Amino acid sequence: MLYSLGRYILLLRLSFKKPEKFSVYWSEVMREMVSIGIGSLGIVAIISVFIGAVATIQTAFQLVSDFIPKTIVGTITRDSTILEFSPTISALVLAGRVGSSIASQIGTMRVTEQIDALEIMGVNAPGYLISPKIIGGITMIPLLTVLSICLGLAGGYIACAASNEVSTAQYLEGLTSGFKTIILQVSMVKAFFFGFIITSVCAYQGFYTSGGALEVGQSATKGVVFSCIYILFADLIISRIML
Amino acid sequence: MIETINIHKTFGDNYVLKGIDVELKAGRNNLIIGGSGSGKTTLLKCIVGLHKPEEGEVIYDGQNFTQMDFEERVPIRKQIGMLFQSSALFDSMTVQDNIIFPLNLFTTMSKKEKIERANFCLERVNLAGKNKLFPAELSGGMKKRVGIARAISMQPKYLFVDEPNSGLDPKTSILIDELIAEITEEYQTTTVIVTHDMNSVMGIGDHIIFLHNGQKWWEGSNKQIAHTNNKELNDFVFASKFMQAAREKL
Repeated sequence: MLYSLGRYILLLRLSFKKPEKFSVYWSEVMREMVSIGIGSLGIVAIISVFIGAVATIQTAFQLVSDFIPKTIVGTITRDSTILEFSPTISALVLAGRVGSSIASQIGTMRVTEQIDALEIMGVNAPGYLISPKIIGGITMIPLLTVLSICLGLAGGYIACAASNEVSTAQYLEGLTSGFKTIILQVSMVKAFFFGFIITSVCAYQGFYTSGGALEVGQSATKGVVFSCIYILFADLIISRIML
Repeated sequence: MIETINIHKTFGDNYVLKGIDVELKAGRNNLIIGGSGSGKTTLLKCIVGLHKPEEGEVIYDGQNFTQMDFEERVPIRKQIGMLFQSSALFDSMTVQDNIIFPLNLFTTMSKKEKIERANFCLERVNLAGKNKLFPAELSGGMKKRVGIARAISMQPKYLFVDEPNSGLDPKTSILIDELIAEITEEYQTTTVIVTHDMNSVMGIGDHIIFLHNGQKWWEGSNKQIAHTNNKELNDFVFASKFMQAAREKL
């Protein structure tokens, strides 16, 4: 455990050493941002709309009472979407989509000697391979979370429009009442750390792959599993500290 | 010239290299041969710095490579070209991008100059016009040739080749061997080839080092190899009936 932690920290240190040529690294960062951001738009959009809609329906179902204003459904959906559903569930899904891709890509490069080839050329392989992915993750995952929040709330609106439980006017009133900016800040901090966890943990698993195709698959699985566990752990810590 | 002094390397309980001393001279095809598990690839990886030996030193033209850290090694690494057993081409890049990759990172050449250099390297390995193909679209022999083109793109002083003939048909193997030998002569590189291909040994082996059980067992040229009395070497080189018959004619 301590050995792995030490190796992980050393790998991160190597990843953020001064690049050989900034322009080459910059184009890699752009490529990773497109891959992580644009590549994940579809899956994030789909899950966000459904989660927002389901959250609204279930909240409305549980709060059937004459003593509770219907606008509360919008407020609860908003807070739970911003605080938990969008950053955490999106991150868990992205760990599967982005994380497994990072671990298997770097793992394949390791077992096919492509990383050795980089090192022979004098390229800082962790810097070239890992830092653009981490930068891509910590920038694009918060942006995807913002999109997820918007679509989740839109999903709630669609659910209200499609049912008679809560009117869209009540939903919108609930959405806009008593909003505290801290929940958005917490959400963004979570997304930033989740982006870091997904990219760095999966890159670590891929970088230290040894063997062949079987081990590449195992590294990808390990990367996703560990990322998910660390995401949930970080979720707890950030919520405890910031709320 | 590259020199190794008393190189020892272990992997757990497996003692792979037991004090290897070799001198690898410029402008010659230095072949490291030996059976499977004899330590030849490990020795190559110790020389290029992919493995750290427990003991011993690797000297590149008077500079102690073993004692250098990553940053200090970069100037020497820029003079190294290596062809890997699997070619190790970057899958996500085209042939041209593979070749200009080190030029992008370590030179101030313009885009036009880099493309001209890539074209020159591809012509040198008889692959002119294949710039836009991806590694997945190439045959094994073509991958090796692109690997060589990438290795020579920075005009290396030291050329390392790991099992250049593995997975290739005999005709392509000979073409690759001839290409490496031509490049060695043309650029006067210190070329180190790890192989167990007997055609390579007899064809281009100016300087042969035979490893056995992690030790340097024999050293000489392809002209001397046919007349040696070294039992282990004879068992290795003349294992096949074809080679035994060829030896009798020598």
